[in-house]
Amino acid sequence: MKNKIINRRSFIKGGFGGTAATVLSLKSARAAGDFDHYPDSMGVIVDLNRCVGCRSCEAACNKEQGLPEPEKPFNDYSVFDAHESGGHGGAGRRTDETRYTVVNKYELPEIDHPLYRKSQCNHCLEPACLTSCFVNAYTKTPEGAVIYNADVCVGCRTCMIACPFYIPTFKYSSAFSPRIMKCIFCYDTRLKEGRPPACVEACPQEALTFGKRVDLLEIGRKRIRQNPGGYVNHIYGENEAGGTAWMYLSPVDFGEAGFDVHVPHEPVINFVRDFLSIVPMVLVIWPALFAGFHLLANRKEQNKHHHIDGGEE
Amino acid sequence: MKLFASEKQEIPISDHFKPDGSRWTLKEKLLLGLSFDDYRKQLVRNPLNWLILIIFAIGVPIIVERFVFGLGSVTHGSNDYPWGLFLAFGLFGMVPLSASGFMLGTTVELFGRKDFHPIERLALLNGLLGYFFAVIYLQVDLGMPWRLPYPMVVSLGPAAVLFLVAWHVATYLSVQIAEVLPSFFEWIGWLKGKRMIRSMVLCLTIAGIILSTLHQGALGALFTYPAGKLHPLWMSANFLWIQFLCSAVFGGLSMLIIVSTLSKWFLAWRCDNQFLDSLDKLTLGLAKGAAFAMITYLGIKFMAIAHDKEWVYLFTGWGQYYLLELTIGVVIPMMLFAFAVRNGNAQMARVAAFISVFGVLWNRINTALIGFNWHMYQEIPHWKEVAITITIFTLYLATYRFILYRLPILYAWKGEK
Repeated sequence: MKNKIINRRSFIKGGFGGTAATVLSLKSARAAGDFDHYPDSMGVIVDLNRCVGCRSCEAACNKEQGLPEPEKPFNDYSVFDAHESGGHGGAGRRTDETRYTVVNKYELPEIDHPLYRKSQCNHCLEPACLTSCFVNAYTKTPEGAVIYNADVCVGCRTCMIACPFYIPTFKYSSAFSPRIMKCIFCYDTRLKEGRPPACVEACPQEALTFGKRVDLLEIGRKRIRQNPGGYVNHIYGENEAGGTAWMYLSPVDFGEAGFDVHVPHEPVINFVRDFLSIVPMVLVIWPALFAGFHLLANRKEQNKHHHIDGGEE
Repeated sequence: MKLFASEKQEIPISDHFKPDGSRWTLKEKLLLGLSFDDYRKQLVRNPLNWLILIIFAIGVPIIVERFVFGLGSVTHGSNDYPWGLFLAFGLFGMVPLSASGFMLGTTVELFGRKDFHPIERLALLNGLLGYFFAVIYLQVDLGMPWRLPYPMVVSLGPAAVLFLVAWHVATYLSVQIAEVLPSFFEWIGWLKGKRMIRSMVLCLTIAGIILSTLHQGALGALFTYPAGKLHPLWMSANFLWIQFLCSAVFGGLSMLIIVSTLSKWFLAWRCDNQFLDSLDKLTLGLAKGAAFAMITYLGIKFMAIAHDKEWVYLFTGWGQYYLLELTIGVVIPMMLFAFAVRNGNAQMARVAAFISVFGVLWNRINTALIGFNWHMYQEIPHWKEVAITITIFTLYLATYRFILYRLPILYAWKGEK
């Protein structure tokens, strides 16, 4: 509406030339403001209703990424038991330097079967790891993956501090070639060529659906609409942390299925903007301000020096 | 050293020339004007040296272990708690306590308060060493310490807060080296260098203010990335950076009170009368500044809670812990400072300074470790992590003492300057 008014007014005011200029500038301004990340980026939607906890995705990931063999084979389901999971405070297993994805089990009283939840990097649209990295080790690719470059990483681990999903992990065991270990959406081997990641391909239950993020949101909404009793009316990842490429559907409140429901619904960088915005001001204003203070504070002394013509100290 | 200083007339060295008119050589200056034997004797006689030796004997092998077997072998750093004691204490704790350099630089050079001149150099040195050892702590913690210059030259990520910290700490370190150099130049007798620095002292001071404002704040802003992980009472997207900056002001001033007090107690032979005589008055001056910074800090803390409407958290266990930190770490020393200034009681200001420095460290550890992941489990540092932290701190103290023994920091150089 506003654009239209401006358009019309400038049309009247400036004639054809002015209008053309206004339209052009509006267009570029709109493009910048509305830039919806990478519009054709891919994603995955995980349907907790369909997952049976077979751990095929874990096995496929391990093979695809050349990760070390686990202590217990992937068909050993005792890893789901709380005392085996090793997580602190019953948090379940988590990603670490030997596994980019893990499945955890949740026994809930209101449903008759256990619920399984796969976790891995959610490949945020505005990743906290990327925005917090001071050597640009992270890249968000147009295909949707958040990839990592070990060649420039210093090992400060700020990305791990920043990630709201606790995903990046560090090779603490290595002194000479430590690095961040995290899911990269099988970017090098698959996503680049338009193929789904290994875990999605391995899933026998079609619990993981690969596609364009915009289409996945439609699919998710459709499933909720068609079976309103079977899902909570929320797609986790649609807005969490400003939106993620991997999203989830759940039959129970996401908090019960081990999700952090307090993750803010805006990109992490928004919390840092307040500080970042003062930086240029301090850089520009402080020199003049404090030089001024100096002149004011030493005015008397300057005058005195003038009179006696004495040196300092 | 105290004994030798009282026995021999020519030491402590504070001039280029011996009483007989010949020049001290650099080696003699390094040995404090003692013979090798005497120097060794005073090393052995001082019990503090034995303590340092024991700490190094335990700590240095553990540091070697860290660099050979990796961080995992000596710390409880984990994927949930990527940062441990090295950064919580060494970086986030040491940097605010080293704000004294820019505070006193500003007071003396910029505002022209020449009466603070006797402790200006101590403040600058305290700043320089604090930052330098913060970088050492960082080097122990970094996964790939040999890549420290990467953010400067290899791969730049200028939109990150840590980028700002890296650049500013690096530039500020050079600024501080330049600010401390005049005392070194006096000591070796190279006056041209001193005059060169003197001519740009105002630029250096203003650069110091800019860099300090930004990186002290940036250390706080780093904790706005884990917005959801840090307890809401400590987290404030709008105010955390200014809280860190403001607490660095009284942290730096209190630290200066502590080091000047320790110098007066243990290094009286090295201090000149100007330093010793004016110290009580200057301590009260610093105390006044610290008290003002503290009331401002409390105001910002209050604002942050009001702004984010977090009153309800104050009635939880976390809230009580938070109030305890503020009461012990800020309110009590603030009142002590105020009473001290009012009654002209420098001893009380010294007590307050010890509490206040503890308060700043406690706040940083609460932000980086205890309030971090507050909805998860608590991480307790590995004993080896504590040992490394203590070892590096001991190295810091030893370096500090080495310099104070020699350079004209606590005394004015008597020779040409």
